[in-house]
Amino acid sequence: MIRSEVLKSLLPVISDEFVVCNIGLPSQELHMMDDQPTNFYMLGTMGLSSSIGLGVALVQNQKVISIDGDGSVLTNFGTLPTIANNVADNFILLIIDNGSYGSTGDQPTYAGKKTSLSAVATACGCENVVECQAEDAAETLKAALASNKMTIIVCKCESGNIPVPVITMDPVSIRDRFMNELKVRNG
Amino acid sequence: MSVNKRIVADFVKNDISFVTTVPCKQLAGVIDEIENSLEIFHIPSNKEDEGMGLCAGAFMGGKRPAIIMQNTALGVTLNTLATLTQFYRMPLPMLISYRGELGEPVACQVEMAVHTKALLTQFLIPTYHFHKESDADELDNILKYTFMCNKPVAILTDATFWKGEKE
Repeated sequence: MIRSEVLKSLLPVISDEFVVCNIGLPSQELHMMDDQPTNFYMLGTMGLSSSIGLGVALVQNQKVISIDGDGSVLTNFGTLPTIANNVADNFILLIIDNGSYGSTGDQPTYAGKKTSLSAVATACGCENVVECQAEDAAETLKAALASNKMTIIVCKCESGNIPVPVITMDPVSIRDRFMNELKVRNG
Repeated sequence: MSVNKRIVADFVKNDISFVTTVPCKQLAGVIDEIENSLEIFHIPSNKEDEGMGLCAGAFMGGKRPAIIMQNTALGVTLNTLATLTQFYRMPLPMLISYRGELGEPVACQVEMAVHTKALLTQFLIPTYHFHKESDADELDNILKYTFMCNKPVAILTDATFWKGEKE
């Protein structure tokens, strides 16, 4: 399975959840397959999906899933100690690890070589770190949501992309409807 | 009231309840005050752009954030300021220690100091410079302005300003 197939398999689980989605193809794929006001699409700023998601989770009660990539986590490695030391049990970091920089032409990342992101997350002090295969992503995420524990999921999948259109939504509209939906659900 | 306490009091007065910090010697006192504040959640970050990501999330979650950082880190935050904070129109007060100004003992700090205001100007970031202790009287208004216009706003605080604190 490639990332777009993993995302498709996750839709029944994440469609009604607050999702902060990584820059580039992941956001474009999610936007194409299941645009929701609960989705925050990153149009730029590689690496900060986990930081934004943690920030949202820490200040309110709704569950938040940050969908990140191995390349983006490598860009912002400092995020893992920050997550580990500021536990938000309504936060899930889902790293779709295809061992490559998918949005820029599938150049290999170090996560696809010697570096284990789940081992790094554990070493940083994260307590619930789960590594799964692409086929098990939806069940693993479902279990993490049900656990009410902050969880880091590293989902290993194959490298590869499908053609997707860019997101032409205005960034302020993306942000505004996400904020409004959070406000409504928090009552 | 010490200038550190005044700064944190103005943060609280303006409903800032989520503050991320990357330390600087000049900022040690105000970071201690943030850490000890009951009204503010303090989350140290490992890098300033990471901190801006946390602040963006906190703002979307309904809280008013702020970042405390050193001017030497401005370079690593420029992409985040342009493509996240400004592109999505989010407010972000940035309390910045202005290293490399008068009274600076470390020559290397001057190398970023000479670019600091030029970079902030180039990025169209409203910028205020605290040199005398009384300049902090404007902080309350600067914070109100930041959350009125939904922009990142820089408050540069130099060595002379912080020296005033010790006198």
